[in-house]
Amino acid sequence: MIRFALRGLLGRKLRTALTAIGVVLGVALVSGTFVLTDSISSAFDSIFTENYKNTDAAITGKAAFELSGDSAGTAPPFDQGLLAKVAELPEVGAAGGAVGGQAQLIGRDGKAVAFGGAPNLGFSVDPARPEFNTLTLVKGAWPTAGQVVIDTKTAEAKKFATGDTIGVQARGAVQRMQISGLVEFGAVSSIGGATLAGFDLPTAQQLFDKPGKLDQILLAAKDGVSTQQLVDAVQKILPAGTQVRSADDQAAEDAKGTSSFLTFFRTFLLVFGGIALFVGSFVIANSLSITIAQRTREFATLRTLGASRRQVLNSVVLEALLTGLVSAVAGLFLGLGIATGLFKIFDAAGLTLPNNGLVFRTRTVVVALAVGVVVTLLASLRPAWRATRVPPIAAVREGATLPPGRLHRFRPLGAALLAVAGVALVVSGLFVDGLSTGSLLSLLAIGVLLIFIGIALFSARLVRPLAAASDPVARWSVLVLSIVAWPLFSLPYWLLRRGFWGSGSTASRVGGLLLGAVLNPVLLVIVALMAVRRAVSSWQPEWPAEFPGVLSDRPAVGIGGQNSRRDPHRTASTAAALMIGLALVTLVATLGAGIIKPFEDAVDKIFSGDYAITAQNNFSPLPPTVAAAVAKVPGVDALSSVRGGQGRAFGETIQITGVDKQAPDVLRFDWKSGSQATLGELGADGAVVDADYADKHGLAVGSALPLETVAGKTLPLQVRGIFKPPAGGSPFGSVTISTSAFDATNPQPLDLYTFVSLRGGVTAANTAALQQALSTFPNAKALTREQFKKVQSDSIKSLLNVLYVLLALSVLVSLFGIVNTLVLTVFERTRELGMLRAIGLTRRQVKRMIRHESVITALIGAVIGILLGLGLALLLAARLDEISFAVPTGQLLLFAVVSVVVGIFAAIWPARRAARLDPLEALQYE
Amino acid sequence: MVGNTDGQASVVVATGLERTYGEGDTAVHALRGVSVQVAAGQLTAVMGPSGSGKSTLMHILAGLDKPTSGSVLIAGTEITTLGDDALTKLRREHIGFIFQFFNLLPMLTARENVVLPLTIAGEKPDPAYFDELIARVGLTDRLTHRPAELSGGQQQRVAIARALVSRPTVIFADEPTGNLDSRTSNEILHLMRSSVDDYGQTTVMVTHDARAAAMADRVLFLADGEIVKETGRTSQGEILQIIDSLDLQ
Repeated sequence: MIRFALRGLLGRKLRTALTAIGVVLGVALVSGTFVLTDSISSAFDSIFTENYKNTDAAITGKAAFELSGDSAGTAPPFDQGLLAKVAELPEVGAAGGAVGGQAQLIGRDGKAVAFGGAPNLGFSVDPARPEFNTLTLVKGAWPTAGQVVIDTKTAEAKKFATGDTIGVQARGAVQRMQISGLVEFGAVSSIGGATLAGFDLPTAQQLFDKPGKLDQILLAAKDGVSTQQLVDAVQKILPAGTQVRSADDQAAEDAKGTSSFLTFFRTFLLVFGGIALFVGSFVIANSLSITIAQRTREFATLRTLGASRRQVLNSVVLEALLTGLVSAVAGLFLGLGIATGLFKIFDAAGLTLPNNGLVFRTRTVVVALAVGVVVTLLASLRPAWRATRVPPIAAVREGATLPPGRLHRFRPLGAALLAVAGVALVVSGLFVDGLSTGSLLSLLAIGVLLIFIGIALFSARLVRPLAAASDPVARWSVLVLSIVAWPLFSLPYWLLRRGFWGSGSTASRVGGLLLGAVLNPVLLVIVALMAVRRAVSSWQPEWPAEFPGVLSDRPAVGIGGQNSRRDPHRTASTAAALMIGLALVTLVATLGAGIIKPFEDAVDKIFSGDYAITAQNNFSPLPPTVAAAVAKVPGVDALSSVRGGQGRAFGETIQITGVDKQAPDVLRFDWKSGSQATLGELGADGAVVDADYADKHGLAVGSALPLETVAGKTLPLQVRGIFKPPAGGSPFGSVTISTSAFDATNPQPLDLYTFVSLRGGVTAANTAALQQALSTFPNAKALTREQFKKVQSDSIKSLLNVLYVLLALSVLVSLFGIVNTLVLTVFERTRELGMLRAIGLTRRQVKRMIRHESVITALIGAVIGILLGLGLALLLAARLDEISFAVPTGQLLLFAVVSVVVGIFAAIWPARRAARLDPLEALQYE
Repeated sequence: MVGNTDGQASVVVATGLERTYGEGDTAVHALRGVSVQVAAGQLTAVMGPSGSGKSTLMHILAGLDKPTSGSVLIAGTEITTLGDDALTKLRREHIGFIFQFFNLLPMLTARENVVLPLTIAGEKPDPAYFDELIARVGLTDRLTHRPAELSGGQQQRVAIARALVSRPTVIFADEPTGNLDSRTSNEILHLMRSSVDDYGQTTVMVTHDARAAAMADRVLFLADGEIVKETGRTSQGEILQIIDSLDLQ
């Protein structure tokens, strides 16, 4: 039976390959994701390990509570006197202190050097302690006071050499420094695009505003002293606010932030791999159903020869297993390509990821193979079961078809129930309060899955009316697209082929060739290749070809339209694959449109000032020195920064923000209790809290709110006001205090935003004055409210674009699904096509007939998919305040057009196959 | 065992077969009470015009279809009440098929097609018998070819070898020459005749070809779902006469 299945597959190579493409692509994305994230993670691990290569233990500052890794807030530095104290311990062999932070290098164009979204790392280097120095000096010398060493990549890209001066900006304004040398991290020229700037300790302390402080002390144990003994010894003399860890623990701690990001990133990408596989499983199930229907006679013959139902089932399942295995292996290796491609894409999108070479783990192989095989197997179960229902008597009947399943009659009902159950799950996931994120997401995922399957099964019922409705749409859209494509594709293609091997006078052929080459140079290359192939092989492309026309062909299109309605189940399941992709794309587009509007409203509501000061990348926090410089601009009426950090209250870590006295003039709150004036009068112990937080902890104006800060001090706050944040989001944390209170308790405070009002409002002169003030802070920029809204919503849009690219993969899979169905259909209708050709249908008419069927199928998928996507978006919008329901009409039209194009492309190859059939052979075919 | 006129053992015994398709006014009576016994070691031909019920009779005898009423015994087993598994087992042991359209599996070689019934049953062919069989059907140098590389006659030879390879109790042949030219038909018929003579292979053949029926030890004539005449081995001319007299064509 194994040999039989294998032979069957080999006998249908093409069909099997087409069937498997969905799985190949899905598995490729899954394995690509693993390879990508494993590679990044191993690159980071090697960086973190490299950091502590000669270190046995590290002393660091300790926050009063564990900081959540993904937001503002740093552990406070500690007094540098500790260094001398630990160095004297008998267990300590060597000790070196260091400070670090963000340090922008400023290029010759006056702009901050940044590679992608990678960080700009600054730190002290101590050449006297080479054992703790992870940098390799490539050229020049280690820095002395007022000098800097920079990484070779920056030097190369921005054309700096040793001896040049470069601008450096950390917490203060830009300083000009001489480049004393070029360095690399370990042996790596780049840590994922991060720029490196090294200074001597006093310079670094001054730059990072940590005079007399250290962020870290690295320790090496004396010979014969174990790490544990070292840690224990140091522990005894540590002051409050510091901690000691072994080097391994410290490296793991450092990696925590990146590994939680990577986990998220991995899950995010795997979701899209899963979607592609899900779509792929539809393609497989559909192709297998068609193939099995076509092999009815074969199965029946096997039955008459004594094969049991189980044997038939096994042979089909075995085929699926082999297909799944082969495509999973193919996908696994394609995944390596995808990982490389993703590195490049993220690089191009401005997010350089660290990469020390691709990492291919056993886990990747196991998961990719298992996923590919299991998905294929599951998709094959129903077709395989149907194959067992083939009665032996079908062996002697011509044109025998599969009998309808026993549950056939209940299918629409079952499908509808499935979809309803799916909707119920989604609704309960969305509207039942108090679900954990995990169970919420699984409810949503399973619900959406059920909806897709239910609608895909039910849609056979909708095929006839939808096909009838799509028919004229398909006709007209293909006509319009043909007209658009005519001068750019159809005409030059015809002219070029005629020029190379067609008929006509030499002059007219050469003239046509030139015109064609001008209209579409790419086609010139393709047709030239065709001409070479024609010259060296027996291949004879058809010519004379008819002059390309655009008008649709009524009889051909008429038959094509009928064909799409012939087997509603087949059309429906083919369309279902596209439906899933389009539903998700529509959902994303609708949510995208729905997020931007409330966000812009929120900006309008909160931001009452004239300008906002943000980092060049729109999201990095800025040091308060920036706001201080802006405050000196003549004409500034009011200015308030929004400091961001973390605090701890009622046993949980929360986001806290700080605002200036002038905040009421540049920020507007929607007060539940309290007033604008409250915002300016917070003083040392006042706080405003958002309404949800107040509800959660039963806070009212006057309530006590003890807030523990990073430095370990508890602020005895009192609630002065409660505000309702706008639906579109706000920059404010749960608790907002005054800037002075914030700065008193948070080391190294940073501003999320600075808002400013000037006399005369937004004017060219004011803008120029702000830019002048910011000239010493190249990383900062001033934006008007409109500009601010635009750059912020642009970043949402670029995220949407990433989602579109990832979803495009499932649309691609569904395109192959349509190709597959059409090829199988052409194969099945060989006789019929021969008959049509025999009674006078031209090749072009055959092609148009098949194209029309394809476009109608695509449109059916598009219509159901778009409606489904809108429905899901409506549900989400009804639940989430942050999202309003807005129909992105333009984009939806674009998606419909894309579906038509998918239909046209899917038909190209099957239509060519059909048109090439020799009518005589087609009729003789048994 | 039920004896027949010649006193030989009957391997297929059908009694009172009726088969009705559809219900009420539109009901079609394909068989109206047919009883037949097939003697071991004989070639039995079933003749009749289109719609006479001859194919239905063969399908029911071979267990491909179930009668509305009546019984069929193959090698003493009542098959009309058998479940799918038991019927499958019965096919492996007792039944071989030869089809009008050959029904070879296109991806398997001639050899693989021939031994397929044994492969399915999980058995190995007896090498001596296999070689002899292949020599007899004249496929010795064609064993590695695929069906697409064989002529119609060669394909039907593969099908005959496939039916013979498991030495079934009875072979059912459905218009075995219906898709072949007359010369090839002749070869195929002689091959079937010799398998009956040399191996004692019981064979039931449905045909509307008088020449084919003339090869049979016994010919049954069917019309409108009933057996209207039966003869022993006879000539092609006589068969044509019978057909004329019965106004069957």
